[in-house]
Amino acid sequence: MQSQVEVKHGDQEVKHAQFSEFVSFTVAGQAFCLKITQIREIRRWSPVTILPHAPSDVLGVMNLRGAVIPIYDLSARFGLHQTEASERNVVIVVAVGGKPVGLLAESVSEIISINPDDIQDTPPVDSRYTMEYIQGIISHDETMVRIINLDAVISVPEQVMM
Amino acid sequence: MKTKVLAIDDSRTIRNLLAATLEEAGFEYHCAVDGREGVDMYPEVAPDVVITDINMPNLDGFGVIEELRGEGINSKVPILVLTTESAADMKARARNAGATGWITKPFDDASLIFALKRVTGAAA
Amino acid sequence: MSGSIQDTFFEECEELLEATDEGLTAIEGGNHDPEVVNAVFRAVHSIKGGAGAFGLDELVAFAHRFETVFDEVRANRLELEPKLIQLLLRSSDHLCDLVATARDGGETDEAHHNMLIAALDEYIPEEEEDLTFEPMGLGAPGGFAPAAIDIPAAPTEETYRIRFHPMKEMYGTGNEPFFLFQALKELGELEIKLDDTELPGFDAIDVAESYLAWDLVLTSTEPRDKIEAVFEFVEGLCELSIEGDGDAEADAAALEALNAAFGVAPSAEDGDAAPAPFDQPAPAPAADAGPAPAVDASADKAPAPKADTAKAEQRGGPKPTLRVELERVDRLINAVGELIINHSMLAQQIANLDVADMRDVETELEGFKNLARDIQEGVMSIRAQPVKPLFQRMARIVREASSATGKTCKLVTEGENTEVDKTVIERLSDPLTHILRNAVDHGIEKPEDRESAGKGKVGEIKLTASHRSGSVCIEIKDDGAGVNRPRVKQIAIDKGLIPENAELTDSEIDNLLFLPGFSTAKEVSNLSGRGVGMDVVKNAVTGLGGRINISSAPGKGSTFTIILPLTLAVMDGMVVSVADQTMVVPITSIVETMRGSDDMINNLGADGTLLSIRGNFVPVCDVAGALGLEKQDDQPPGVYLLVETETGQRSALAVDDIHDQRQVVIKSLDGVCGEIAGVAAATILGDGKIAMILDPESIIAASPSAAAFDTERRMNNAVAS
Repeated sequence: MQSQVEVKHGDQEVKHAQFSEFVSFTVAGQAFCLKITQIREIRRWSPVTILPHAPSDVLGVMNLRGAVIPIYDLSARFGLHQTEASERNVVIVVAVGGKPVGLLAESVSEIISINPDDIQDTPPVDSRYTMEYIQGIISHDETMVRIINLDAVISVPEQVMM
Repeated sequence: MKTKVLAIDDSRTIRNLLAATLEEAGFEYHCAVDGREGVDMYPEVAPDVVITDINMPNLDGFGVIEELRGEGINSKVPILVLTTESAADMKARARNAGATGWITKPFDDASLIFALKRVTGAAA
Repeated sequence: MSGSIQDTFFEECEELLEATDEGLTAIEGGNHDPEVVNAVFRAVHSIKGGAGAFGLDELVAFAHRFETVFDEVRANRLELEPKLIQLLLRSSDHLCDLVATARDGGETDEAHHNMLIAALDEYIPEEEEDLTFEPMGLGAPGGFAPAAIDIPAAPTEETYRIRFHPMKEMYGTGNEPFFLFQALKELGELEIKLDDTELPGFDAIDVAESYLAWDLVLTSTEPRDKIEAVFEFVEGLCELSIEGDGDAEADAAALEALNAAFGVAPSAEDGDAAPAPFDQPAPAPAADAGPAPAVDASADKAPAPKADTAKAEQRGGPKPTLRVELERVDRLINAVGELIINHSMLAQQIANLDVADMRDVETELEGFKNLARDIQEGVMSIRAQPVKPLFQRMARIVREASSATGKTCKLVTEGENTEVDKTVIERLSDPLTHILRNAVDHGIEKPEDRESAGKGKVGEIKLTASHRSGSVCIEIKDDGAGVNRPRVKQIAIDKGLIPENAELTDSEIDNLLFLPGFSTAKEVSNLSGRGVGMDVVKNAVTGLGGRINISSAPGKGSTFTIILPLTLAVMDGMVVSVADQTMVVPITSIVETMRGSDDMINNLGADGTLLSIRGNFVPVCDVAGALGLEKQDDQPPGVYLLVETETGQRSALAVDDIHDQRQVVIKSLDGVCGEIAGVAAATILGDGKIAMILDPESIIAASPSAAAFDTERRMNNAVAS
C-alpha cells in the first residue's frame, strides 16, 4: 500500500519519499487516523454483546466471521465522552498482535497520503491519553489529524481488564 | 538427471535427516515408512539406489533386500543398509541377502554421500 | 540447521517411548509374544538411532544397553523373569527421563543412571559387553569422520598400485567396479588397465563367472585408508591388493586398524577365493546372468519367517493412520462450528419468512442439520485420543510413589482405548498424578498392615476410563484403608473449615478433602505434600467442565470419580435472557428449572432471598446482579434454575426467561479479555450474536447473599443433600 514517489528537481537531484496511506476518521468530533495497513476492515456498527464487569471503554464483544472480538470505544479510551453508538457509527477492525480488535469511531472520512516528513511530534500537553495514544499529528486540508499509536491504545485496556 | 534415492526407514527422524542431506546434495529423495511400503513403492519410484533400515515393522531390511533382489522384482540397483551395528554379522547377513553396502548410524553428510558415490557413481 | 529435525526426533521419541511402555506393560502382564518383544526392541533401537544422529551420547549408551538386553531376550538367551521385567520397566522410565533431559536440559540422576546401567550389564553376556556401543562416526574415511584410525595424512604424493579382481559374488550385491573407479578418481590421478587374460574362449564363458580384473595406478596425496575405504563394500568379494611406494609395514598396520574398525577380519589372503569374514551365498544358477536371490539354506533362514509374521501383522495389525498438525484439525473444528451456527441462522431466517408451505424446506433443513452434526462428530473424533498414553504414564507414577513410600502397589488399567479430547487428556495428567500419589501415600496401607487386615500384600489401584451417556468417566479406585473420617473431620475443625458441632454425612466428610487448605498428611510428605491439596485437583477438573466425587468405605478403599465432557468444543446449554442479554447456562449444572411465583420467595435479612422448593429453602442468586448488569425494568425474575455445586450445595439462579436448550459451540474468551467472574466462555447464537456462557459456581460465589447463606446452610446442615 505504500507508493514510491520520485520527485525530480531539475535533471540531477532525485529525491525519494515514501508516502504512506492513512485512513482518517472522527472520534468525538476530532480527526484521527491509522495507517491503512493496520486496518483489516471497516464495518457498520451493530449492537454488541456486553462483557460483564468490563471497564467503560470496552463496549463488549462482536462476532467477526466466527471469531469473538472485543470492541473498544475510542472516545472513552481517549478520555472523551462515551459514545452512544448507533448505526451511523463504524467499527474499525485492526489487528493487534495478530488478534483482531474492533474500535468504535463516529465515521470514516477519507484515505489520505502522508509524507513521513510532514508528521509532527505531539506537542506536550497535559493529558496522559494524548501523550500515550497519539504518536504524531499532521495537518491535512487545514485540519489537524491525530495519528493513533495503536499498540498503546490496545495494550493498556487489556491490563486494566485483567 | 538427478540420482533417485528410495529411503526406507520407520524412524521419522532418520528419514528427515536423510531427506535434508540428500536433497541438499542434489539427489531426488523418496521415502517409505516400513519395509512393505518400500517394496511396494519400488516399481513406481524406480530408484537408482535404495537405502534401507534393518529393524522395521512390516518386513525388515533383510526382507526388503530379499524381495527386491528376488525373482519378482529382480532389482539390480545398489542397496545400502542403515545399521547402528558395527558388528560384522549384521553386514554379513545384509550382504548375503544382496546388499551392496552399508551406512553406519549415526552418519554424517559426508559419509552418506561417500557411500552413495561408491555405489552409484553419483557426484554430490 | 537440524532444529526441526531434532524436534521431529523428540516427537517421535514420545511415540517410541509409548510403544516401549506399552510393550513392557504387555510383557509384565504375561504376554511374551516374540512380536511384542520385537516391537520394544525396535522402539528402543530407533531411539538409539535417532539419538546417535544428534550426538546424545548418554541416551545412546543407555538405549544401547537396554536394546542389547532385549536382543538377548529376542534370541531366547534370556528369560523374562519378574526381576528382569521390573528392571526393564525402570529402564524404560529412565529412558523417558533421558529423552526429557536431552530435550529440555537439566541433570540426570547419575547414581540412578549408573545403577541401572550396572544392572542391565549383568544381563549382557561378556562378549557383547565388550562391544560397548560407541557412537561411531562410521568407518568412512576422510577428515570428516571421527574415525577410529588416526593416521597422520601424509601430504606427499604417493603412487598406489591396486590390483582389483572382483569375484562373481560381488556382482550379486549390486556393486559396480566402474563406480568404485569413479570414487577413486576423485582421490587423484587414476590409470585404469583392464586385465581380461582370464577370459576364456567365447563358448566357454559362464555368464555368472567373473573373469575380469583391473590393474590401477593411483597417484594421490590421500592417505591409504581413504583409498581402502573406497573398497569397503567389496571387501571379501574381491581380490584386492594395494601397494604403495611407502612403508609397507605401516600400510599393513593401517589396514589392520581399518579392518578392526569395521569389525571385519583381514580380507582374503593370497587371493584365496574363500572370503574370510562373510558367509557367501551359493553361486547363482547359471541360467540367469543377473544377481540371484540370495537364498542361503542355513544362515539366512531367520529373517524369512520373520518377514512372514511381519506381513501377517500388517494384515490384521494396526489400522493405517494419518498424522496431521493439530492446528489444521482445529481450523476444521472451527469451520464446522460455523457451519452449525450458520445452519441455525438460516433456519431462524427461514422461519421468519412468510411462506405458506415450508414442509419441503424444513425437511431439507433438517437434513442439513444432521449432516452438519455428522461432520462435527467426525471432526471432533479426530481430536479424540485414547487415554492409553496417559494411563501408561500413570503406571510409572504408581511405581515411583510405591518405591518412595516403601509400599507395594500395582496399577490396573481398564478402558485404555476410551477416547477423550486431546486437551482434556493433556490437562488430566496433573490431577490424575496427584490422585494416584495420594492413593499410594494415604490410601494403600503398608504391606504388614494389609496382611493383618487380611488383604493381599500388594495394594491395587484401578484406573478406569469409560464413556457414560455423553460424558467421559475416569475412576480411580484403591483397595486401601479408605478415608479416615473421624480424622478428616477433626482436621477440618482444627483448621476452622467447619464448626466444631457440625453434623456431616459420610459423603460430606469425604468431600471435605476437596476444600482449599485441607491436607491430611500429618507431616508434609514429599510425595503428595508440597502444600498442594485435593482442591487443586478439583479446580483442574472443574476447569475442564467436569466434576469430581469421592466415595469411600472404611477398610475397603476409596474411589474418585471424575466426570468430564466428551469435548471442550461444544456443549449443551440452556439459552436464557438476563437483563436483555442472551446467555447460556451449561445443562450439566442445571438440576431443575421452574417458573417463579411470588409465594415461592422468602426474604431473609436485608437482601437475602430464599426460594422454597417442596419444603426446602434454597438461596437465590440474581444472575444480573452477580454480573453487574442493570436491569431495564423492575420485573421480578421469571425463571429459576436450580443448580447444584460440586459439594452438593444448591442454589437457584434467577434469570428473566428461558428460551430453549441447544448445543452451542464454545468460543474461548482467552486473549479477548481477561477472566470475567461468572463467565466461562462465549458462543455464537443462531442470529450471529455472541452470548456469554455462564459459570454457575463462580456466579454463586460472586453473589454475596447466596454465598453467605450457603455457608450458613452448610454449617447447619439444614438441607439434606
